[in-house]
Amino acid sequence: MSFDVETVRKDFPILSREVHGVPLVYLDSANSAQKPQVVIDAEADLYANHYANTARAVHTLGSEVTTAYEAARDKVAGFLNAPSRDEVIFTRNITEALNLLAYSFGNATWFPGAEKFRIGPGDEIVVTEMEHHSNLVPWQLLAQRTGATFRWIPIDDEGRLVDSAIDEVITERTRLVSFVYQSNALGTINPVQRIVARANAVGAYTIVDAAQAAPHLPLDVQALGADFVAFTGHKLYGPSGVGVLWGRYELLADLPPFLGGGEMIETVAMEGSTFAAPPSRFEAGTPMIAQAVALGTAVDYVTNLGITNIREHEKALTGYALEGLRGIPGVRIVGPRDNVDRGATISFTLAGVHPHDVAQLLDERGIAVRAGHHCARPVCVRYGVPATTRASFGVYTTLDEVDQLVQGVESVRRTFG
Amino acid sequence: MSAPIDSMYQQIILDHYKNPSHHGLLDDFDAEVHHVNPTCGDEVTLRLKVKDGEITDLGWDGEGCSISQASTSVMSDLVVGKPVADALAVQQRFLELMQSRGQGELTDRDEEQLDDAVAFEGVSKYPARVKCALLGWMAMKSAVAEAGWADTEEVAG
Ligand SMILES: Cc1ncc(COP(=O)(O)O)c(C=O)c1O
Repeated sequence: MSFDVETVRKDFPILSREVHGVPLVYLDSANSAQKPQVVIDAEADLYANHYANTARAVHTLGSEVTTAYEAARDKVAGFLNAPSRDEVIFTRNITEALNLLAYSFGNATWFPGAEKFRIGPGDEIVVTEMEHHSNLVPWQLLAQRTGATFRWIPIDDEGRLVDSAIDEVITERTRLVSFVYQSNALGTINPVQRIVARANAVGAYTIVDAAQAAPHLPLDVQALGADFVAFTGHKLYGPSGVGVLWGRYELLADLPPFLGGGEMIETVAMEGSTFAAPPSRFEAGTPMIAQAVALGTAVDYVTNLGITNIREHEKALTGYALEGLRGIPGVRIVGPRDNVDRGATISFTLAGVHPHDVAQLLDERGIAVRAGHHCARPVCVRYGVPATTRASFGVYTTLDEVDQLVQGVESVRRTFG
Repeated sequence: MSAPIDSMYQQIILDHYKNPSHHGLLDDFDAEVHHVNPTCGDEVTLRLKVKDGEITDLGWDGEGCSISQASTSVMSDLVVGKPVADALAVQQRFLELMQSRGQGELTDRDEEQLDDAVAFEGVSKYPARVKCALLGWMAMKSAVAEAGWADTEEVAG
């Protein structure tokens, strides 16, 4: 199927609305993506025609809902090229997926049979300097709980990991390496296989934060080679309230549970309980049923557009935008300046103008961008800026919208000039 | 294409941002405060001098978004040389305007009392930015208290 952005735009009802009397130009997809009508309909259809609780009811609706929920798991497994559907766990978002891992690793301290996950004093947990707070704070907390040392791979002036540091920071003491595939603050695409190979060489577990990668890059867990990969539904044109954790089955089978509750057990007695096999082991309580089902629809939608078509489309937009923004006096790109190993997310500063003023003035022209530290404060500290303005693109972004962004930023510059 | 007529960024705001009044810290002062606004990372350090119930001088230094810096500048112009009670009354009126969510009605008296500060009316429509506009004003209020002139009733009495 060929990719036609004008056709794609028709799938997203919100794109026909106006803000401040002008057409919306939505350049904040890295924050959260807009939803195609099929996703909106999928959620509504489940409530309107099938709704009941999942997994616990023998009646017709219950079985329809369970089938729909499990079908969504199959779709996600296919999207990830996962060897088994039982490796796909639905969570509330990627933040919960990463915390699930951090707490499960922490529970290994006392959980019978989980010795291989134990982390303690003398062990090291490694992240990178470009992590989203979601993939940073849970590991800091795990290090504090277990007495392990928290370390990170630094970033260079261009917003890339310092390659030599990968081998220096990941050592025999490293037990776990958790890192972002594509940075939300810089746009950088990291060398996943290189990091995984190094971690494997020292026997450390690997976790990939694919929140920003999932909507833009092929996400083949077997090719990536990591032990765990997580993403969040709302950035993948799916609903808010659902995310995914994928993990190797043999690891999930032994990993201690995180939340306890209904459906995650094998048997419960007052003296103690035993736990279900994955994925149920990690899905305590009534899940986000409609959201998971609609995420399945979003996965189909993205798959139908073709992730390589999407990547090509966004790469063209990114190159065009980088060129346009670099041409504006006073603009500094925070992150890779060239369109190589970088995604469709561009952070920048404009000399003498605070990012919130840039974003506010762009909003007056209907252009939605994000301003702030993008939940990756250490990145701003690294580049000595309080915040950046960030434009990010998606399947529905057009070259004309990039032109409007560049003209908008130029106009902000003149307003403050 | 310039910003829309109803832009938050009125020319007065841009002018104050580029050429702020009372910018620079005083060497001789009765109180100093430092306020921050985590939303934009705005910061202001403000020093003032009060004599016989009047704000005789005020100087500030800061960094952050144009709304916070320009608002601090406008505030300085309005309160220097005023009795503390009057300064706090203007502060109160400005606070009400900022909390009006774009629904504030400006009377002639307000226009007179608030002067350049009426340019910030548009900010009240954006709850996320109200804190920016209030930063310097809140700092002034705390500095007055710090200098021992908080209770205006008593001052007046
Ligand atoms: C790289 C990255 N990781 C994690 C997250 C957290 O996503 P969520 O808030 O959906 O859990 C985000 C979203 O901002 C992100 O960009």
